[in-house]
Amino acid sequence: MIKVVHYINQFFANIGGEEKADYPVELRKGEVVGPGMALMQAFGGEAEIIGTIVCGDSYFNENIEKTKNEILEMVKEMAPDVFIAGPAFNAGRYGVACGTLAAAVKEELEIPAVTGMYVENPGADMFKTKVYMISTKNSAAGMRDAVKKIAPLALKLAKGETIGASVQEGYMPNGVRVNFFEEKRGSKRAVEMLVKKLSGKPFETEFAMPDFDRVEPNPAVKDLANTKVALVTSGGIVPKGNPDHIESSSASHYGEYDIDGVFDLTSETYETAHGGYDPVYANDDSDRVLPVDVLRDMEKEGIIGKLHNKFYTTTGNGTAVASAKAFAAEFSQKLVEDGVGAVILTST
Amino acid sequence: MRLEMGHIYIKDIQFATESKIEDGVLYVSEEALKAVALEDEKLKSVSFDIAKPGESVRITPVKDVIEPRVKVEGRGGIFPGVIAKVDTVGSGKTYALKGMAVVTAGKIVGFQEGIIDMTGPGADYTPFSKTLNLVMVAEPVEDIKPHDYEAAVRFAGFRVAVYLGELARNLQPDEVKVYETLTIKEGILKYPDLPRVAYVQMLQSQGLLHDTYVYGVDAKKIVPTIMSPTEIMDGAIVSGNCVSACDKNPTYVHQNNPVIEDLFAEHGKTLNFVCQIITNENVYLADKMRSSDWTAKICKMLDLDGVIVSQEGFGNPDTDLIMNCKKIEAEGVKTVIITDEYAGRDGKSQSLADADAAADAVVTGGNANQVVILPPMDKVIGTLAYVNKIAGASEETLRADGSLEVEIQVITGATNETGFGYLSAR
Repeated sequence: MIKVVHYINQFFANIGGEEKADYPVELRKGEVVGPGMALMQAFGGEAEIIGTIVCGDSYFNENIEKTKNEILEMVKEMAPDVFIAGPAFNAGRYGVACGTLAAAVKEELEIPAVTGMYVENPGADMFKTKVYMISTKNSAAGMRDAVKKIAPLALKLAKGETIGASVQEGYMPNGVRVNFFEEKRGSKRAVEMLVKKLSGKPFETEFAMPDFDRVEPNPAVKDLANTKVALVTSGGIVPKGNPDHIESSSASHYGEYDIDGVFDLTSETYETAHGGYDPVYANDDSDRVLPVDVLRDMEKEGIIGKLHNKFYTTTGNGTAVASAKAFAAEFSQKLVEDGVGAVILTST
Repeated sequence: MRLEMGHIYIKDIQFATESKIEDGVLYVSEEALKAVALEDEKLKSVSFDIAKPGESVRITPVKDVIEPRVKVEGRGGIFPGVIAKVDTVGSGKTYALKGMAVVTAGKIVGFQEGIIDMTGPGADYTPFSKTLNLVMVAEPVEDIKPHDYEAAVRFAGFRVAVYLGELARNLQPDEVKVYETLTIKEGILKYPDLPRVAYVQMLQSQGLLHDTYVYGVDAKKIVPTIMSPTEIMDGAIVSGNCVSACDKNPTYVHQNNPVIEDLFAEHGKTLNFVCQIITNENVYLADKMRSSDWTAKICKMLDLDGVIVSQEGFGNPDTDLIMNCKKIEAEGVKTVIITDEYAGRDGKSQSLADADAAADAVVTGGNANQVVILPPMDKVIGTLAYVNKIAGASEETLRADGSLEVEIQVITGATNETGFGYLSAR
């Protein structure tokens, strides 16, 4: 039998409304209280609530660290398979308490946790990316609906089963994209979405545009003749044979290669690992992607101070932005430490 | 323009001494097929094999997938400007062999050829696990450049498909579908109250093995233009692409473009399907700007109310997609865009290379970076020699037990951006 610990506020424990919001934290071992009854029913005999933690909303929010730690101790002690907080609907302080606790149980105790609330509850934006949060209606009238989603998700989490996409499980989008098969093919969904959009009916996009990460260019380099310049590429130029096995697409790492004494990249010495374009011309003469030959000329002519003796390379093809960012964060430090003042970043 | 499509259902494919279609069975003479394929001196040898749904078969590296068709009545022939002479197609009568496909495979050209599994978890992701596949494995002559080899295999695939289509010329189709769009004026008079809708198809044209051909013209050399949506059904647009297998449009997807199919289903009911607009995905900024300007301009000139925009490929073309969307919306024409995502193996990374608030209606074909394990198959058509190198694979792909650990990126059609499949993501 799956063991569940449930957290609710003073209102749902039938202690009272706002006048009782200072009710201190209390553990009711072995008791199923308020919405816990509906959860138990929805578990269908697969799980049981082994304890309910009750706390007033003001009490929690005014003593947040202390109360959180007390509750974590209680949960740890009972060692449930899954922790459920709420649902909090549109009650703001209750939502913050549920989000805080569910996220803390998951992160600090490593016990799976789920909560639920209305999308505009302030607790939603604060915690929806930290813990599974079922999207509920804005009042307790939505309890039945909420429980119908919270209970099965809690059971799946307790059993360690694969969790489906947000739209399947009912949790708020949490920034992690999960694949699943729709009942209608994409073109049909597109036509239906367009018909709705044209007739002014509400429609739901399958991918909400993110806040886009745009990088402002740095100011121009003033004194190029005294600047050490480095070459960096996402065009996949590597020493022949691709010694570090950089993937042709979706690269998991980058390469750092020494070009001390290299004046020209030839078909005998360099090639591309990139899978996103016909490699013939890059393999023929890798300077076309990583212009070592031209930079050597400019070094000789005194246009640049020096060409840095290392270059950094990966394949941009299908590589996650997060990976690319992590690569650059790492090698940028090395470039700075090596006194590099400017970088030419080539792509394909 | 009005096109009558006759469907001839193929229930089985068998090798035989004589090529013919009888009672839904396609009998093919391997000798005859070889002769058709080897007309090109750049191909040293070809072999043919048959893969059926449910069989423990893996086909790789897959280049193109083609549906055999034949033009029975009306102007032109299948694949105009490529196989048939240039003539405007899309009217009259065409027969298609349904339930089957010609799959071209063979030694790798670039890094971006695909995998089709006929059973197992991989089969769920590719539409071509559901078709009877006549697979052509082509060996090039020595010392051939990749792009010459690609072209040779591409043309050989079309010749084979046309050869098979011809076998149906005098048959009675099992089912007939009629597709008809009206001229601009007729449409306005007939459907005065229906929103005017077009399909904007972005054709992959980044070059260096990322090419699409329109009536034989390299799509990077076109400016956006309009077509009757039936033209594509006669092979007016063909693939020459070695972009990632999951989101390139094989020729089969062009012939059976699902956006066109599903817009026709609503034509005269909830919308007036005016036309198809084609544009490209070039790599130079000036080209991107010109093409997206023109696409938006055409939408405006046609007094459209809405469009569906489909993409092909990812990364660089994301910028074309967003430019098109933004500019078309700015003309007061509502858009729905179809794309796919590269959100990383953990699904946590930025999905697209560009974004804009105007893109408020998006259909996604799913996250191409998702990892799957493809169990070993009893038989491989083609070769596993390159399986660690194709886009979406890694050094660790081929595992000791013969299974493959890959991103679904390697699977032909897995995250198709014309909405051909059922995969999505949230």
